[in-house]
Amino acid sequence: MELICPAGTPAAFREAVDAGADAVYCGFRDETNARNFPGLNFSRDELRTAIAYARGRKVMTFVAINTFMRAGQEQLWHQAVDDAVALGADAVILADFGLMAYAVERHPQQRLHVSVQASASNADAVRFLVETFAAKRVVLPRTLTIADIARLAKQIDCEIEVFAFGGLCVMAEGRCSLSSYATGKSPNMNGVCSPASHVRYRQDGRELVSELGDYTINRFPAGEAAGYPTLCKGRFDIAEERGYAFEDPVSLDVMDHIEALRAAGVSALKIEGRQRGKAYVAEVVSVMRRALTAGAAERPALVSRLKALSEGQKTTTGAYEKRWR
Amino acid sequence: MPLPLAITAPLSFVPIIAIETVVRRVFARVIETHPGLFDRLADHAAKRYAFLPSDLPIGFLVEPAVPRISVHRKASAPASDALMEGELVLLLALLEGRIDGDAVFFSRDLTVSGDMEAMLALRNALDDCEIDLPRDLADMSGPLAPLVRRAAEQIRERALARVSKEEAPRWN
Repeated sequence: MELICPAGTPAAFREAVDAGADAVYCGFRDETNARNFPGLNFSRDELRTAIAYARGRKVMTFVAINTFMRAGQEQLWHQAVDDAVALGADAVILADFGLMAYAVERHPQQRLHVSVQASASNADAVRFLVETFAAKRVVLPRTLTIADIARLAKQIDCEIEVFAFGGLCVMAEGRCSLSSYATGKSPNMNGVCSPASHVRYRQDGRELVSELGDYTINRFPAGEAAGYPTLCKGRFDIAEERGYAFEDPVSLDVMDHIEALRAAGVSALKIEGRQRGKAYVAEVVSVMRRALTAGAAERPALVSRLKALSEGQKTTTGAYEKRWR
Repeated sequence: MPLPLAITAPLSFVPIIAIETVVRRVFARVIETHPGLFDRLADHAAKRYAFLPSDLPIGFLVEPAVPRISVHRKASAPASDALMEGELVLLLALLEGRIDGDAVFFSRDLTVSGDMEAMLALRNALDDCEIDLPRDLADMSGPLAPLVRRAAEQIRERALARVSKEEAPRWN
């Protein structure tokens, strides 16, 4: 299985390549990608240099152009596809059907991957994307069990990529409106979930209080590990109880299930975290590379090193082995 | 791993101007070595960034648009747009991109407040710059360069190793 690694800056890109990535995914410095955070991402020149660096080491570069186009502003997304192709991207990762149509019409030779943001989670949806836009790979939403993935793999004619480590979203990928509700900006349209411009942290006595827009997201007592200030990871008062209404602040880790994922027909494992620093990229990619080649017995000790880098300093297998109620 | 009192206590008595002279020389060297350091900040270059080492009696204010760094006693801290607080070793490791900012935030070793967009932009700009303080310090030390570099690298290595052992394997 390929190891697909994140990079938010050229320095992180080089770390990912050097640490053992098979492919690095990244985006342009604008709202065409779902990690449009301040100070992050690549200029055209930076991407050209990064692709050359990767290619010289037999590593692929995937360019994520995975937000949804705004009516009247399509040129920004079209240009991003044209430039990614011209710069030599090994694949473009797209979510918007209109942009997929543009890409396949203008650049029929370009390899197209379906972003997790497209939320293609069943055989009909994937087959449509393969037949209509010649998609070669689908990145599955983090909503399926391993058994679901195995069933799906038998019904579709394209490669499957799944998230193996990193941040989690609620189970409405590409359709989540929580950030939009609180701030007017969303990952789907603007490339930002819970934009930093709307985030505030303050100390209230010994508690760390995180706020998003007009909402208090969480209050962390002294000593408790903190999480991202997103509504989906918020702790709320519901009836008589206070707790995590949507999901706990934890990160995904399914490295204990590598053999099962391989047997299910998965072609590539993806690490989330383009917004993270190069230290995270270097550590996670090198550990995951070693874990992929290690025996099952050695793997837990290797991967446990990564808990300290995880949101809330805890990990979960998420939906992959969810026992649905 | 807070700095020992033997190092931090005298800073309460050393004149600020003396500390600031040294800090400004290092800052100028870093800017000279990394001319694109603040390019990623865009409009956030006009913001004022405060850094408060929790184990020192002093703080630092960085104004990228000037560019300028100033030193002040904590009791007389000037206004800032964004503020980061943590042990000096963590702040320096962040400056060099040797730790992941999110991870030390999750572990509560680092606190941030104020304009998060500006602070995030600065974090990402620093992370991309590959600053190497021992190298930069050595470059401004003339004939003592090899000695300074070796000493600075040893101090950094020990500091990072101790933090790594005490807390988590988070260093690259």
